[in-house]
Amino acid sequence: MRTAPTYPMSGHPPAWRGAVRRRAPDMGRSCVALLAGGLISLAAIPLLILGLATLVISPLGYLGLPFLAVTTGLIRPLARAERRRVHLATGVAVAEAYRPLHGSVTARVRTLLSDVSTWRDLGWLLGWILAGAVGLAFLAAAVVGPSFIVVVPFDYLRGAGDGKVLELLPLGAFFTAVGWAGCRPVAKALAALSAQSLAPDESAILRVEMAHLAETRDETVDARAAELRRIERDLHDGAQARLVSLTMSLGMAEDEFDRDPDSARQLVIEARASARMALNELRHLVRGIHPPVLTERGLSGAVEALALASAVPVEVDVVLDERLPAPLESALYFMIAEAMANIARHSEATWAFVRLWREQGRLRLIVHDDGRGGADPARGSGLRGMQQRLAAFDGKLTLSSPVGGPTELFAELPFRQ
Amino acid sequence: MTSVVVVEDLLLLRDGLIRLLSTNGLDVAAAVDTAPAFLEAVDTHKPDVAVVDVRLPPTFTDEGLRAAIEARHRRPGFPVLILSQYVEQLYARELLSDGAGGVGYLLKDRVGDVRQFVDAVQRVAGGGTAMDPEVISQILARRSRTSPLAGLTPREREVLALMAEGRTNVAIARSLVITTKAVSKYIARIFAKLDLPPSDDDHRRVLAVLAYLNSTS
Repeated sequence: MRTAPTYPMSGHPPAWRGAVRRRAPDMGRSCVALLAGGLISLAAIPLLILGLATLVISPLGYLGLPFLAVTTGLIRPLARAERRRVHLATGVAVAEAYRPLHGSVTARVRTLLSDVSTWRDLGWLLGWILAGAVGLAFLAAAVVGPSFIVVVPFDYLRGAGDGKVLELLPLGAFFTAVGWAGCRPVAKALAALSAQSLAPDESAILRVEMAHLAETRDETVDARAAELRRIERDLHDGAQARLVSLTMSLGMAEDEFDRDPDSARQLVIEARASARMALNELRHLVRGIHPPVLTERGLSGAVEALALASAVPVEVDVVLDERLPAPLESALYFMIAEAMANIARHSEATWAFVRLWREQGRLRLIVHDDGRGGADPARGSGLRGMQQRLAAFDGKLTLSSPVGGPTELFAELPFRQ
Repeated sequence: MTSVVVVEDLLLLRDGLIRLLSTNGLDVAAAVDTAPAFLEAVDTHKPDVAVVDVRLPPTFTDEGLRAAIEARHRRPGFPVLILSQYVEQLYARELLSDGAGGVGYLLKDRVGDVRQFVDAVQRVAGGGTAMDPEVISQILARRSRTSPLAGLTPREREVLALMAEGRTNVAIARSLVITTKAVSKYIARIFAKLDLPPSDDDHRRVLAVLAYLNSTS
């Protein structure tokens, strides 16, 4: 019996179709990357002109300074866009290390001009105008080549150009080949080049880190000094004054005992009232400095005590297998206390929760409420104060509070023991 | 004569307490300054009541409170009056959690009001309660919409606060300048609003109120 010849037939499409299918999105992505890179390089041209103008003006002294500031200030967002583009195209994030700008305009300009990253960005800008154009050329070849191949035969059939149009066909084929073959490697190479020239070196990163540390240290020191001033004032005007009046009442009572026992008794009663008030004030002060329950029970007990006193029902889930270092305990406590006070004051929430846990060498804190949201971190000093407290521990704070709620405060800080 | 064990680590306060209690008709059986010594003194002297500072050596955290709870664990219902520089609702809840009564929790300042303080010690020794007004005001200050207290009138709140402090109906009536009959009426209404079954025992009612308040938080 003869068997029919069998041919290798499988359900899969031929290998080349698989390759195309795999490459097509890659190809598309490369094209988009090249296009975006090209646009960025086009946007860089006016900046370059502005920069040259600055160079011309700069001998005029201070007149050139604003120009320089504007130019370098504008390069920064462009460099950010390029970082973003490289990240999207290659999946590799490009670090940035700018020193934060604040203070007066001159202070900003000074920081801007003395930042290594500014000049690094400028170097990138010069190179990228060229590199982006190269990328655009490849992109153009990839698009124009095939269109030649499609259009030329029609033109030929229409009899245009005495048949000479056919000579364009090899050119179209050449463009297609170069463009299609080059698109991906060129996009990749340009991204790598850009990443290379934009990435800050270690010293720049360290410098930014140092500036950040100095800044948070200053804030911490300021906050500490303000705190001490407040305590001094509270003691001076409160407990100390009460104790003085108490001493006076007792002294007068001592004199009066023999002459007028009734008025002496009145003075002793007054003295006791003064003592009671002094104690009350001291108690409030101590709570504000370091709540006793925090000393006694640690963060979980203290937060539970806060929740008990809260007008809004609060669920507490503080998972810590051991006590945190005292400064950290205190910072977190006051942060949570502030957050809970805000919930009670502004949120109109009916329910809230506090969750604190350790994960991968970090402490994470969530304070969530089901209130009306719309909390504006720019308004009020609460969030700024929380950020300052956390900054001393390298912590980060984010607030999400869409109008209509819910509001969620998320804090995270490195913590190893 | 009611015998007392005093547990306080600060010499000045310990001596003051001893003097204050013994000049007011109480017998101070022992005065100690640590938690283990306290538990031992309770075993040896079998006092009617202990006056205990929350914070004791060596760690100066809440040893006193823990020791008091331990003492009540060993001898259920053993009357304990806790003294502290400040009060925490959290601790009041822990003290009351066994539901056995004979619990006091007062600010140290209250010692200044000698008659009331001695009264509180006697009341706790007799199985009653003495909650500091500050604890009560912490509970009342919550006033959340979901709190069962939200439904009470201001007058009913006043009565509830005095009741939680451990006052008798007569004392409440005197303090609010109303008749004892009116007080009983208020109390019945408070229980109805808080969904508590009525009971004759004064301190148990307070415990029930506090337990109820704490269970909803």
